[in-house]
Amino acid sequence: MNNLRGIYIIWYRDLLRFWRDKARLVTTFVMPFLFLVVFGTGIASSMMRGSGGSDFDYIQFIYPGIIGMVVLFTSMMTGVSLVWDREFGFLKEVLVAPISRTAVAIGKALGGATIATIQGLIMLVFIPFAHVSPSIGGIITLIAVMFVFALSLTSMGILIASRIKTIEAFGMVAPLMLFPLFFLSPAMFPTQYLPAWLGIVVKFNPVSYGIDAMRQAVLGSQQSAMFGIHLFGFRMPIILDVVVVVMFGIIMGTLAIRAFRIQE
Amino acid sequence: MTKIIEVEHLVKKFGDLVAVDDISFAVEEGEIFGFLGPNGAGKTTTINILCTLMKPTSGRATLNGFDVIRQQNQVRHSLGLVFQDPSLDIRLTALQNLKFHAFVYNIPGAVAKRRIEEILRMVELWDRRKDEVRNYSGGMRRRLEIARGLLHYPKVLFLDEPTLGLDPQTRNHIWEYMLELRKRENITVFLTTHYMDEATVADRIAIIDYGKIIALDTPDALKSMVGGDIVTLKTENAEAAVVEIHDKYNIEAQYDGAEVFFEIQKGEEFIPTLVNNFKSGLQSISVRRPTLDDVFMKLTGREIREETGGPTVMMKQWAMRQTRGGGGRFR
Ligand SMILES: Nc1ncnc2c1ncn2[C@@H]1O[C@H](COP(=O)(O)OP(=O)(O)O)[C@@H](O)[C@H]1O
Ligand SMILES: [Mg+2]
Repeated sequence: MNNLRGIYIIWYRDLLRFWRDKARLVTTFVMPFLFLVVFGTGIASSMMRGSGGSDFDYIQFIYPGIIGMVVLFTSMMTGVSLVWDREFGFLKEVLVAPISRTAVAIGKALGGATIATIQGLIMLVFIPFAHVSPSIGGIITLIAVMFVFALSLTSMGILIASRIKTIEAFGMVAPLMLFPLFFLSPAMFPTQYLPAWLGIVVKFNPVSYGIDAMRQAVLGSQQSAMFGIHLFGFRMPIILDVVVVVMFGIIMGTLAIRAFRIQE
Repeated sequence: MTKIIEVEHLVKKFGDLVAVDDISFAVEEGEIFGFLGPNGAGKTTTINILCTLMKPTSGRATLNGFDVIRQQNQVRHSLGLVFQDPSLDIRLTALQNLKFHAFVYNIPGAVAKRRIEEILRMVELWDRRKDEVRNYSGGMRRRLEIARGLLHYPKVLFLDEPTLGLDPQTRNHIWEYMLELRKRENITVFLTTHYMDEATVADRIAIIDYGKIIALDTPDALKSMVGGDIVTLKTENAEAAVVEIHDKYNIEAQYDGAEVFFEIQKGEEFIPTLVNNFKSGLQSISVRRPTLDDVFMKLTGREIREETGGPTVMMKQWAMRQTRGGGGRFR
């Protein structure tokens, strides 16, 4: 009972901070806009020229990838916020409070995941630019996928932040994790044309399955069929994508809680 | 009286550094217990262990009857803390910081509301309660942290250098409130400080140096270790004065280049005798009670607050000699 209260208040505080920090909401738009409208249009127009016009719509393709990018990068902010809490000392207030460390870690992961999901949802304002028309069911699925995906990533952020304790070091390590996770996924390009070795790396990247699930939710399984991840000769259905993400989340969550409980 | 904190052979090492070196002590319920020692003595580390932030290397400690290693949740329920270093969420307002605390410590809504107002008025931040803490000055932040530590009426309140950076008037004001609250709610206070005047509010004081407790007693008993009052005089001929004092009263006075000084029981009764037939051209004379600084110096030969220069450096050497003479009472 007390642990539920603990989880709630940790979650609530992160949301409160997010709400107060409205500047962050504005900057959220800038990168996705650049990627979708500028980068997407640029690549799409050059591809048109090259392939003599196929039915492959690049902007439509990267739109779910960009939502994935927003969720991925915002989720990692949970790790940053934990490191900040340590640096500014607020973490001590939390750690001596009568809440278990497990509850603190869970509250933090849930708070970060909620924020990442909200940020991902905001990306829906780009639908008019993205040449997509997701169904209501698709959007609800997307929200669920984003949350599960974000939760696994915030857990990873907490795991990293439990080991890497200074802002400077975290600022070095986080991009080293994030960019490979992002680029070695089907976020920015279809992966079925990749050379074999690169294709294998993509299949080992858990982020790939989150992105693929989001793409299937936004585009529908039909439209996204040609870009899917194939495992053992099968096209991954969205439900199996989600299973992979959940399993990744469970591993990260367990490790994060364990790391967070370690005392000096 | 029950012992609310019990510490036995506590050791904390950071690599080769022994920050807390086999200390044992007990704190009685309702007492104000002071930890006095210079920077780096191991005060904060001891608190960190008692409040479950760190694990000891060896030894054991209980708080309110609960083991600080095996029963951490119960221990955390029993304590409140004002940390030495900042620990506020500066992105939130004062009110939000306190509400967070009240919720975490399970204070019912209506009670929390009343207490938050009372305590914010006490630390004179009520008018600024809706400001983000990052716009607060250092002193305001400190006051807010003290307010937060008191909010849930903990069984044991740890104050780690609580009034660092506060002006004397605010300090007194806050102490008044804390002492009143302590009586009303029977709170035990564990205080660390390197301000001797702050330590004197304590019922008992442990003097800690290099991770070891070198003395533990009431402030008065500690001061009596110094062996009397300290008499200081300015004279025309200091060397002659020292000799004269020695020949007449068999007292070893010291000269630090500016003043002659010595310690004696009942200094104010001795002064008239001394002044009446003093030969070496007396210019001024003063007597003062020993302070905890003098005690620390007597025990360690060093000052608690590392100031440089001035007569205090000379006092150091003087105190060192005194300790070498007769330190039988000291551990
Ligand atoms: N986390 C830590 N890692 C390494 N050394 C530490 C750590 N915390 C404290 N110390 C060292 O332990 C000693 C005691 O520090 P501390 O307990 O903070 O002293 P005090 O509070 O009396 O000033 C110091 O030498 C300090 O540098
Ligand atoms: Mg300290």
